[in-house]
Amino acid sequence: MTPTTTEVPQRRGAPQDSAPTPVVSVRNLWKVFGPKADRIPESEELCGLTRRELMDRTGCTAAVRDVNFDVSPGEVFVVMGLSGSGKSTLVRCLTRLIEPTAGEIVFEGEDIRDADDRRLRELRRRKFSMVFQHFGLLPHRRVVDNVAFGLEIRGMGKAERTRRAQEVVELVGLAGYENSYPDQLSGGMQQRVGLARALAGDPDVLFFDEPFSALDPLIRRDMQNEVIRLHHEVGKTMVFITHDLSEALKLGDRILIMRDGKTVQCGTGDELVGAPADDYVREFVKDVPRADVLTLRWIMRPAADGDALDGPELGPDVVVREATRAVLAAEKPVKVVENGKLLGIVGDEEILAVVAGREGDA
Amino acid sequence: MAAVMEKTDGLGKVDGPANAPDPASAAAGRRVGRGMAVAAILLLWLVLFAVLRGKQTLTLAAADLTDLHRWFNDVNDSIGANRNSNPLFLYFFNEIRLVIDTLVTFVQELISQASADRPLPQIGWLGVVGIAGYVSWAVGNWRVALLTVAGFTFFGLQGLWQESMDTLALTLSAVLVALLFAIPLGVWAGLSDRVNRIMTPFLDFMQTMPTFVYLAPLTLFFLIGGASATIATVIYAAPPAIRITAHAIRSVPETTVEAADSLGATRRQSLLKVLLPMSKRTVVMGVNQSIMAALAMVTIAALIGAPGLGRTVVQALQSLDVGTAFNAGLSIVVMAIVLDRVTTAASTRAEAARSSKNRFLAWRRPLLGAGAVVTAVLVYMSHTYVWAAEFPGEGGAGSSIASAADTTATWVQDELSGLTNAVRDTLTNGLLNPFQSLLTDSPWWLVGAVLIALGVVFGGWRAGLTTAVCVGLLVGTGVWSDGMTTMALTLVATVLVMLVGVFFGVWMGRSALVDRLLRPTLDAAQVMPPFVYLVPFLALFGPTRFTAIVAAVVYAAPVAVKIIADGVRNVPATTVEAATAAGCSSWQIITKVQLPMARGALTLATNQGLIYVLSMVVVGGLVGAGALGYDVVAGFSQGQLYGKGLAAGLAIVLLGVMFDRITQAAARRAGA
Repeated sequence: MTPTTTEVPQRRGAPQDSAPTPVVSVRNLWKVFGPKADRIPESEELCGLTRRELMDRTGCTAAVRDVNFDVSPGEVFVVMGLSGSGKSTLVRCLTRLIEPTAGEIVFEGEDIRDADDRRLRELRRRKFSMVFQHFGLLPHRRVVDNVAFGLEIRGMGKAERTRRAQEVVELVGLAGYENSYPDQLSGGMQQRVGLARALAGDPDVLFFDEPFSALDPLIRRDMQNEVIRLHHEVGKTMVFITHDLSEALKLGDRILIMRDGKTVQCGTGDELVGAPADDYVREFVKDVPRADVLTLRWIMRPAADGDALDGPELGPDVVVREATRAVLAAEKPVKVVENGKLLGIVGDEEILAVVAGREGDA
Repeated sequence: MAAVMEKTDGLGKVDGPANAPDPASAAAGRRVGRGMAVAAILLLWLVLFAVLRGKQTLTLAAADLTDLHRWFNDVNDSIGANRNSNPLFLYFFNEIRLVIDTLVTFVQELISQASADRPLPQIGWLGVVGIAGYVSWAVGNWRVALLTVAGFTFFGLQGLWQESMDTLALTLSAVLVALLFAIPLGVWAGLSDRVNRIMTPFLDFMQTMPTFVYLAPLTLFFLIGGASATIATVIYAAPPAIRITAHAIRSVPETTVEAADSLGATRRQSLLKVLLPMSKRTVVMGVNQSIMAALAMVTIAALIGAPGLGRTVVQALQSLDVGTAFNAGLSIVVMAIVLDRVTTAASTRAEAARSSKNRFLAWRRPLLGAGAVVTAVLVYMSHTYVWAAEFPGEGGAGSSIASAADTTATWVQDELSGLTNAVRDTLTNGLLNPFQSLLTDSPWWLVGAVLIALGVVFGGWRAGLTTAVCVGLLVGTGVWSDGMTTMALTLVATVLVMLVGVFFGVWMGRSALVDRLLRPTLDAAQVMPPFVYLVPFLALFGPTRFTAIVAAVVYAAPVAVKIIADGVRNVPATTVEAATAAGCSSWQIITKVQLPMARGALTLATNQGLIYVLSMVVVGGLVGAGALGYDVVAGFSQGQLYGKGLAAGLAIVLLGVMFDRITQAAARRAGA
């Protein structure tokens, strides 16, 4: 093991400690499908069973098991897992499209599970919106009417909602297609309509349920960049579900990995790659180009007595690939400095281990 | 046989688990066992038949009655006597009859019948043609509008204007009432799983029943006449609309509904803005099905006094007047085609308009307005001037058609009688007679036991139990012997249907070209009311059981062919490819791969074939097929046979349920 792991506990706690009040805070969330689902989260014995044992014992499937996380304002929070891991159920529980079995979902200080139908509708109309894998557009309406659908449901007047829809259509790059019908558009453009519909209501939180899984790889990349651009422009809090690790690393400020309904690990991309919580995560991140994800913090070593300490300085959160040229060009090891404090040093050895070899694989 | 099954099972489960051979060989063993069991049952039956022939056959002469029949007669009489005093009738059945009667009379006076203060209907032929053309154009396109105008004018030329309008009036009134119930019920069943679960068995049952059997019980409550006919039609036309509406609502993609939910839509908003608009097209298909069912029923309801084309056909059939029957039958066919094309065009219109860009859409409104004005002028003229009200001419085209049909029929009977008689006699003597006597001349308990045993073998214990109940009740109806005759006709016809079905189904399933050529014909054949099939075969084979069988085969074959073709087509291409790569000949591929893998489709085709054949065979009672169908018809016309007719109707229901349950259970097994 490299000494970098020693840094992990301190680093992992950091974002939550320093972050302001979370927008969404999920505590002990359970979703169990099947007969008398309520009893499962309450019984300690049943909680301990694996999915298969639970099915055999009770006929119930636990899709989400005791999940906890916080989403900070403006953050892109990614939930990642393979199919059947419960991630889509989880995101639906957050807006109660699927009714959770147990737990708390606190949104801006209010437990959503306590909301009555009217309040829930109000929240859905003003505060949340969702983008779906299969778009869920209305084939009998034009693009602009699809985008305005949420506003129409709120009871906004026709002229006003059309004007607003027009703005959003332009924002997502669909200008000129307002009067087309969804089936006349390509998959990527249909998802732009879905995105515009979600943005039209100016919600506080956007939920994405594998929005780009149904798209071609090239279009998927365009759409990911589109989301990044929109995130910069409108700065919404986003909860993003995906089964694609590279998508998760590209978009996510933090990533929660789920397996069989449980949280396996929750952290930033470099934490997952640098310090996988178990073999499952390790297997997952095996093929990730480490130099693109790991930062200097993960590869620096403590300055020993013989080290020259007059090399150039870099921050600990600089990605290895970006630091490569500087480190290799410098004649002396680079100092990793945060707030004027020397954290460690990085030399050619460490850089090359990441860029050329498979450091940390063992 | 066993080896074949095993082999195809192996082919079908290419990626199956490693222990697959065990269940496969067990299944093969079970199938061999089933074949042996059926053979043993039939052999035992033949032996006992030889010994016990003619004993305890429960035959009943045409005019004989059982206690049950007399009791039905008494019930009918007492209902007749108390119709205007019993509160249930006074405040319920009579009220319904009044409402329906008022509606039908209103529509009839509008387009077909003279009213009290006018010698002619309110809207004459010119107005009706104008409205029909305009509506077809507005809901469909100009092509179907032309077809409608041509079709309606043709009714007039045939000299059947008033009869056609009566049929149309009854059909439209019945469909209107049916949809009034069916669409809300369908939406409800679409939204609620529980309602759907409760409703489905009822709909299944209603659709299994031959059109015929609805008539008798309804006359008990609503008397013979237009109201009974309309109510029977409403009952028959509603199930397809309910079912298809529910299906339409259910097949709206879940994501779309979820998306509306996630935007905070209320239930009402998601129903009105998402579910209904998105299922509109399919619901219109339901309306189409409903209209076709209604037309079929309205023509048959002539037996209980419905006016219109059906009455002309029935009267002509009963007097064996092929020419007149053909002329009126042709009208029914034309009406079926027009109604089908217009409603089909209506269901595809929205998309067609959308894809043709907005170029034409701008003109649509003014054109619709202009069309409405022209139609109004035509209606006004047909209301005011006699020439526009009464179809000109004497229906010369109709008499030429009738006499041409007569001439053809006579020629066929003179010139081809050798051939047609040979075909008829071979099948009748070689297949039908022996089978029928096996069923009717065996003791009733023997046939019953054989049926129950076969039910168990094919469908399992539950199906056997249903069969036992049906057999018991059949004996109770007192028309056991006639029931067995009907059953013999049905089974022989079904065997022929399956032969035709497998031949054409395999051909269509294997060749896209044949499929493209045959499918439109099959689709058209399926929308025809069963009635009209009797006419040409009456000309060919005269009034015999065989006529009914052939009509039944022609009526039931399209559905069987389509199901089998789809079954063959759905055999995975890779499996066929694998068999070809293994060096199978075409014949081997058909018999060892495609047919065994399509056995679910084969049992389903048998099920549908039986149901269709049964409904036609009983109608064949009109043209000499006798048995249960004749009992029902005789019950309508002769008061003392009313009870027997009712019992015969019940027997038809029991036969239908029995066939349906056994084949459904068999299909489930084959599918499993």
